[in-house]
Amino acid sequence: MKRCPTCQATFPDATERCPKDGAKLAAMSVTMGWDAVEAPAEASPAPAKPAPKPAAPKAPAVMETEPWEGELPDALKEKFGDAITGYFRYVGQSFLTAKPEAAVPILEFLKSDWGFDYLVDVTATDDPAKPERFELVYILYSFSRNERIRIKARVKEGDKPATAVPVHITADWLEREVFDMFGIEFAGHPNMTRILLPDEWQGHPLRKDYNILGMDQKWVQENLGIESGQ
Amino acid sequence: MPETFLDSTELVLNMGPQHPSTHGVLRVIVKLDGEKVTGTECVIGYLHRGVEKIGENRTYAMFNPYVDRMDYVAAVSNGLGYCLAVEQLLKVEAPARAQVVRVILTELNRIASHLLWLGTHALDIGALTPLFYCMREREDIMMIFEKYCGARLTTHAFRIGGLQYETYQGFEQECLEFCDKMLPRVDEYEELLTGNRIWQQRLVNVGVLSAADCKAYGVTGPMLRAAGEKWDLRKAQPYSGYETYDFEIPTRTNADSFDRYMVRIEEMRQSVRIIQQGVGRLEAGPVMAKVPKVIKPPVGEAYVSIEAPKGELGYYIVSDGSTQPYRVRVRPPSFVNLQSLDKMARGGLVADLVAVIGTIDIVLGEVDR
Repeated sequence: MKRCPTCQATFPDATERCPKDGAKLAAMSVTMGWDAVEAPAEASPAPAKPAPKPAAPKAPAVMETEPWEGELPDALKEKFGDAITGYFRYVGQSFLTAKPEAAVPILEFLKSDWGFDYLVDVTATDDPAKPERFELVYILYSFSRNERIRIKARVKEGDKPATAVPVHITADWLEREVFDMFGIEFAGHPNMTRILLPDEWQGHPLRKDYNILGMDQKWVQENLGIESGQ
Repeated sequence: MPETFLDSTELVLNMGPQHPSTHGVLRVIVKLDGEKVTGTECVIGYLHRGVEKIGENRTYAMFNPYVDRMDYVAAVSNGLGYCLAVEQLLKVEAPARAQVVRVILTELNRIASHLLWLGTHALDIGALTPLFYCMREREDIMMIFEKYCGARLTTHAFRIGGLQYETYQGFEQECLEFCDKMLPRVDEYEELLTGNRIWQQRLVNVGVLSAADCKAYGVTGPMLRAAGEKWDLRKAQPYSGYETYDFEIPTRTNADSFDRYMVRIEEMRQSVRIIQQGVGRLEAGPVMAKVPKVIKPPVGEAYVSIEAPKGELGYYIVSDGSTQPYRVRVRPPSFVNLQSLDKMARGGLVADLVAVIGTIDIVLGEVDR
């Protein structure tokens, strides 16, 4: 769900443009001489004027990645085979996509054999339109190689990916935050409870279908004694 | 004496969320056996404002001021990390002059952050005097920020692609004056504290966290350097031209609270060096790169991290090609570092708990976001 910055109307499709917003942005782009906004279709210009500049080519809707090659992907290919589904590079950063059951073995292998001994972050993104709606992201750093990589794995609603706590202790709180914000439970985690929100809170705020205005009103009224948290 | 007199039961003590030495609203549940800490549990989230959710509902430029509200003691660093991450997605780079001003302001902010830490940490330990001195110097930095952008704490100093404002008349002069003043002042703090027997007794061998433990817990920043690991993102993966500045990474080997104090003191001196070099290379030029007014990064994602005063501060931003970020993830150093509290406090005395909380240098605004 996206919200138009001008008129606050909501659109289910993120790529859709609000007609009011589009008109406004296009009109401003003409007066200000901006180049980043495509003008909406208008009535054909007067014949005396030169033809309008063709709209800038639209940015592609997928990430323009390059393949990630080198000895590290080769070693991973040999060790994990089909469990890793792709090796990519984007803006100079390397990442790989893997099946969720392979994520923790990969973390373990990279830690023991390649010196990736620092788990920087565990987080997730949500896309309800996809059958496997969540994408887990592990960010790793190696002090010896001075290199940073990301491991991404897609999981379904209700899936319980294995916890990374036995490999990296720091995953404890980070996975609890993922559980708190997305509702992804990690199997084998020592303390799978909410960390930032109260224990009785309903819903997981960073899911895309969680409305920013529709927070847990019941909890707010009962515990804070006010009508709404807004 | 009857034997039952020596019987002891485990005591569960609640510290915070309104305890003055928790630097905000941190609640620590402490399990005690006599005076010995046998376990701690942190209860956090009192300051949770859903910053990451807000980010998904704002445009890239609109979210920029929000990041200052996380680590409000080092707001400039937050802004720098966010701007660098969006610039990475847009594939633009700030002009040379903007980068130098960014470095100067960020290093001033690092000193301000360390000063606030030093003052409050000393206050927790029982040394009242340093707080006033630290606040005095911090005020000079705040005045520079105020003159530069109008705000003192949540500065919103940078824009995506460079700077909003040119520096004001006399900026260089005031920065240099501050640097000249600051170095003897740091010596003054050291005279007050470093050799002080009470200070040493309260900090030496308290809250030890070895380099291996630091890596296991993801602890970065001065805590990692105090454990002997010579690692600083400004050197390891330089950004904003830090590779061209001449400065040292201070390290110590004991990995205790005292060494973290020494590392932060030395970092202030190094920051002064960086500011002096930065002022020397300020040349006239543009302060904004060519950035479209409506910021729409192409579909993609990037993780960019900087060396904030507290450790590695990272932004993981996913763009779906629209004007609003699809996902903004903040990797907060305070949150991750706080996790090591249990490891450091366990087995120590309850009186040392305050020192251990102080030595992590947490800001609850960043822990809870």
